Amino acid sequence: MITSLGSLLAAPLSRRKWLAAASGLFLGLATLGPASAADDTIKIGILHSLSGTMAISETTLKDVMLMLIDEQNKKGGVLGKKLEAVVVDPASNWPLFAEKARELITKDKVSVVFGCWTSVSRKSVLPVFKELDSILFYPVQYEGEESERNVFYTGAAPNQQAIPAVDYLMKEEKVKRWVLAGTDYVYPRTTNKILEAYLKSKGVSQDDIMINYTPFGHSDWQTIVSDIKKFGSAGKKTAVVSTINGDANVPFYKELGNQGIKATDIPVVAFSVGEEELAGIDTKPLVGHLAAWNYFESIKTPANTAFIKEWHAFTKNPKRTTNDPMEAHYIGFHMWVKAVEKAKSFDPDKVIEALPGIKQANLTGGISEMLPNHHITKPVFIGEIQGDGQFNVVSPDDPTKAKLVPGDAWSDYLEGSKDLEADWVTLKCGNYNKVTKKCGGQGS
Amino acid sequence: MSGNPLAYPIISALKDGRLYADDDSKKVFIKGTDGKVVDASNGQAVATLPDSASAVRLNNRLRRTIDAALGSLTLLSPDASVRIQAAQSVFKSHEESSLAPLDAALKNETNDTARKALTGARAAVVLFKADASEADKLDAIATIRARGDQEALALLSGLPGDAPPAVARAATAAMASIKGNLALWSTVQNAWYGLSLGSVLLLAAIGLAITFGVMGVINMAHGEMVMVGAYTTFVVQETIRTSYPAAFDYSLLIAVPLAFVVAGAIGVLIERTIIRFLYGRPLETLLATWGLSLILQQAVRTIFGPNNREVGNPSWMSGAFDLGHITITYNRLWILCFALAVFIILLAMLRFTRLGLEMRAVTQNRRMAASMGIATSRVDALTFGLGSGIAGIAGVALSQIDNVSPNLGQSYIIDSFMVVVFGGVGNLWGTLVGAFTLGIANKFLEPAAGAVLGKIAILVLIILFIQKRPRGLFALKGRAVDA
Amino acid sequence: MTSHFLTRSLDRSATIFLAIVAAVGVLLPLFNLLLPDTSMLHVPTYLMTLFGKYVCYAVLALSIDLIWGYCGILSLGHGAFFALGGYAMGMYLMRQIGTRGVYADPVLPDFMVFLNWKSLPWYWQGFDMFWFAALMVVLVPGLLAFCFGWLAFRSRVTGVYLSIITQAMTYALLLGFFRNDFGFGGNNGLTDFKDILGFNVQAEGTRAALFALSCLALAISFLICRAVVGSKLGKVLIAIRDAESRTRFLGYRVESYKLFVFTLSACIAGVAGALYVPQVGIINPGEFAPGNSIEAVIWVAVGGRGTLIGAALGAIVVNYAKTVFTSGVLAPYWLFMLGALFVLVTLLLPKGIIGTWNAWWESRKATGISEDADSAAFEDGAVKPHMAE
Repeated sequence: MITSLGSLLAAPLSRRKWLAAASGLFLGLATLGPASAADDTIKIGILHSLSGTMAISETTLKDVMLMLIDEQNKKGGVLGKKLEAVVVDPASNWPLFAEKARELITKDKVSVVFGCWTSVSRKSVLPVFKELDSILFYPVQYEGEESERNVFYTGAAPNQQAIPAVDYLMKEEKVKRWVLAGTDYVYPRTTNKILEAYLKSKGVSQDDIMINYTPFGHSDWQTIVSDIKKFGSAGKKTAVVSTINGDANVPFYKELGNQGIKATDIPVVAFSVGEEELAGIDTKPLVGHLAAWNYFESIKTPANTAFIKEWHAFTKNPKRTTNDPMEAHYIGFHMWVKAVEKAKSFDPDKVIEALPGIKQANLTGGISEMLPNHHITKPVFIGEIQGDGQFNVVSPDDPTKAKLVPGDAWSDYLEGSKDLEADWVTLKCGNYNKVTKKCGGQGS
Repeated sequence: MSGNPLAYPIISALKDGRLYADDDSKKVFIKGTDGKVVDASNGQAVATLPDSASAVRLNNRLRRTIDAALGSLTLLSPDASVRIQAAQSVFKSHEESSLAPLDAALKNETNDTARKALTGARAAVVLFKADASEADKLDAIATIRARGDQEALALLSGLPGDAPPAVARAATAAMASIKGNLALWSTVQNAWYGLSLGSVLLLAAIGLAITFGVMGVINMAHGEMVMVGAYTTFVVQETIRTSYPAAFDYSLLIAVPLAFVVAGAIGVLIERTIIRFLYGRPLETLLATWGLSLILQQAVRTIFGPNNREVGNPSWMSGAFDLGHITITYNRLWILCFALAVFIILLAMLRFTRLGLEMRAVTQNRRMAASMGIATSRVDALTFGLGSGIAGIAGVALSQIDNVSPNLGQSYIIDSFMVVVFGGVGNLWGTLVGAFTLGIANKFLEPAAGAVLGKIAILVLIILFIQKRPRGLFALKGRAVDA
Repeated sequence: MTSHFLTRSLDRSATIFLAIVAAVGVLLPLFNLLLPDTSMLHVPTYLMTLFGKYVCYAVLALSIDLIWGYCGILSLGHGAFFALGGYAMGMYLMRQIGTRGVYADPVLPDFMVFLNWKSLPWYWQGFDMFWFAALMVVLVPGLLAFCFGWLAFRSRVTGVYLSIITQAMTYALLLGFFRNDFGFGGNNGLTDFKDILGFNVQAEGTRAALFALSCLALAISFLICRAVVGSKLGKVLIAIRDAESRTRFLGYRVESYKLFVFTLSACIAGVAGALYVPQVGIINPGEFAPGNSIEAVIWVAVGGRGTLIGAALGAIVVNYAKTVFTSGVLAPYWLFMLGALFVLVTLLLPKGIIGTWNAWWESRKATGISEDADSAAFEDGAVKPHMAE
């Protein structure tokens, strides 16, 4: 080996030549480095997939962020500085999410990032945000079991969506038998684990719970729908709790409609089906199936009407729907603006300090608050699918006066997390163990 | 139920969301299907709806009550199918109050199917009637047992626990018999699901069997041709919706030839500009067509947006019918027929037309065919166009059961390659048998192993099968293979 | 003997390549660590991590070129070996977290705790030791490749059939690893790594070391591949690529040669994956996606099939293009550009970048000295790939 390296160096090519080549390469690399940021603008990173499988959901969120930033600039920006959006495309590729997050923070020097949809994309960028100490606003309902100093969760935790929906079905529809159907990944797995524990605590026996998992993008639902039909014919009122991921829902609902399962027989309550997903199907056979969210486009409040109007004007498309994660970004963005104004600084550390306790009116008539565990308070609505692709809120009776539920980072229904608590204000810890009185894990 | 003539219009209006309430004047209005408005309290016509009136919203509990009420109210409807439906909802709700209308309806029922449905419904009511005699209840159980479907099972298992022992025993026996019967039927059902899945696979793969199997182009953009077909359907339906709503049922008939032409034209264009420079280098076609698929996907995303687009089922493709104890949905049935029709037409075309002859000649021995005076490059373009066009019409069919989104093609490309390779490259029959074998195997594995493991098992089986028959199910014989 | 073997296989372009890799591997980390931020030549950590990722891809591309360029085996499932290597490393990194996980469980990784796993599955045993994990990085992909190849090559599965079943293999693994029941973290995969061999994975020094190691791995893999293709064994491989039946009739046991080189290639891919994981900070089933494997083949084609250097270059060029295109104003259109790149390279540069360069160089040289051109052309790797399957 050594002789070969010697002969390598003694190769005919002069050493000077390759040194020159190598340093040329470096100069090329170095110029790729930090782009100079203008001092009078503040950059905001938008980290949503614009291509690949997740583009279907995330593109809308990029658009809504552009709209919010545009609107803020019309009001004069923040602290006298204009905001500038930096859009990147992580292409539904999880390692690329981490790469792009790093690029946004170090190269573009953004003050805050709004982004991610899937849990895995959030998990993939987490270390980057911790290492480089920046802020991420995450707008999608997720499985919980997380609270990080650098992340603010504006979507629903399981206690803000899944459990109220199940409560509704038990109370209003007198459901006794449960099908928990989901796509096989962490969010449905966790949610179903929580629901299973919750249902059992309410006296539902194991025989009355059927759990089914399908792969991503599953399109042939014949067998599963007929299994559900069979399970539902045991003489007890049956409902399906669906954590089926976005794309697979259209064929699922089509099959339900075609096999004649009506909402009056077996209602399906979904946690991942919103206005946007319904835009792709004829909803007439689905009337009466349910969804649980923290926002519905159909809720009539002045703020919501104005938001929808502005959205239509911004996208130049009067048919574009609005949905729950969009509202989450709306709340998150305004909370960030308020926190910056409170801290009088764009410095992430100061903004992170300032954020808990910030209150922001949501679009459905309530005031959401950023909690010390970095989750927010949200109202919970149960909506029924209507023939026009919108939802009719069936619970609570007056949606604009809904009670706000604080997001719980650590579920009480999971063995590992029932003792954990997140509090970034007094405890300065995302996973404080109430029993051992220790802040676990955050060792480094 | 009350004899008020307005009862039925009000309840059916409530069901269809045509009942309006006005908070200001405390009045309720019915909006007819023809748009005319009447006051619900007295049946008098009203010129227009007050602005403050809004539709009365329903939830599922109300909907069930309405269905039950309508059931009793429509038992005497002159339309037999309405009567059957009414009997069906009485069967589910089994409310005692329905007994009198049921008896009345049974008295002058002439239609056999309706009579059977009504008898079933009556049995259901009797079974749950607290003061019915034991003999009546046993009779009722026998009737329900004869019906023998899921709903009968549901009804019997919902029997209250305080039933007399003889009734409970009879019910248990009936349930066991129904379950046994249904288990048999579920095998039939799996087979049907398998056929249906097979037909989807066949449709997705058959275009690839031409471009990949016959021409040897590893066409990674095949899925995108399917997507183009689906989007063509969307455009056709959108045009029809805005301009000729009455013709909606014919939208697919228009979309099929159009999708063939659009996808085929794109195929010819691709062949002329890219593929023709790559013949004899199949692996490089993989590279170029992969690039193309990225471009096509993004093009669709730019033009139509990244979201799902709504493609509706025409009325003749909606709903289902029961064959014995299995439910057959019309859209699956039509897709199966359609897939077979496409296959037969394609086969006939290759065998009996001049173009088919030339295609076979060129793929078997290009130089010889050229020396015989066949314009090989023209045939190449047409063959690729044909394969793409067929992928396009597959897109029309798939738009009926799946998402119409820019990702549509990606979800079928791997399955398509598996089918073609499993069946044997270069053989259409292989594709047919391959598609149905994989479809049926998948559907029989799925109930046992679950959807995910079932799919993994199929992939492993394909890998092992290829070891056994390295050239697929129907291998091409002769020296052409080694060329 | 070995040294002679190596020197013979090292011609001028290989020397340049190795020199550049060595220089980059040494200087980039040094520039990152030693120079102040303000310096012109300072390399930000962001760039170093980025290029560390590219270098891992380059190693993967080398492993594909070894079998595709020199033995005609087109694997559309090489991402699987890469990912398996990555998972082996990821499992080690997960075990290193110890009590610093969010649930502070000393043994179980976080995802097992909250899905109520009670004990560590048997296949997670041993991964707390680095040597064991390092062994598995090579062994697991190698073993899978050996079994797969043993079945496939013995029954003479070739051409597109082989390509498609390799795709089936990676697809099946993708579906399997997606399942949470499999015990590899499901869709979220393995993430939130803390340290490797006691060093914090996020520290700049560790990153610099990982980058240097990746470059070293690239150089060593390159030397191994050159050694293989330059040896007598390599000549047989090329014979198999160009005329498999003829080689068989000459008395060579084609399947053994193929099996050896396929397994070797899988091991190299596994090492690439293992180096990739600590640098990007996550491994998840997405790496098994058939699209990724196809893309890796495309890097090789862009750089030049059957040139080794081209494979590495292609991986870096394509991925760099991807990084550039996915940011800023171009972001919504980057797929158009990437797609166009693939189409144009196939049409205009059928031999890839290096292949075309070599051909041009040879033709210029050939006008000067015509003798010996053939052997030189071969030495430079400018072999005309016969794509007939």
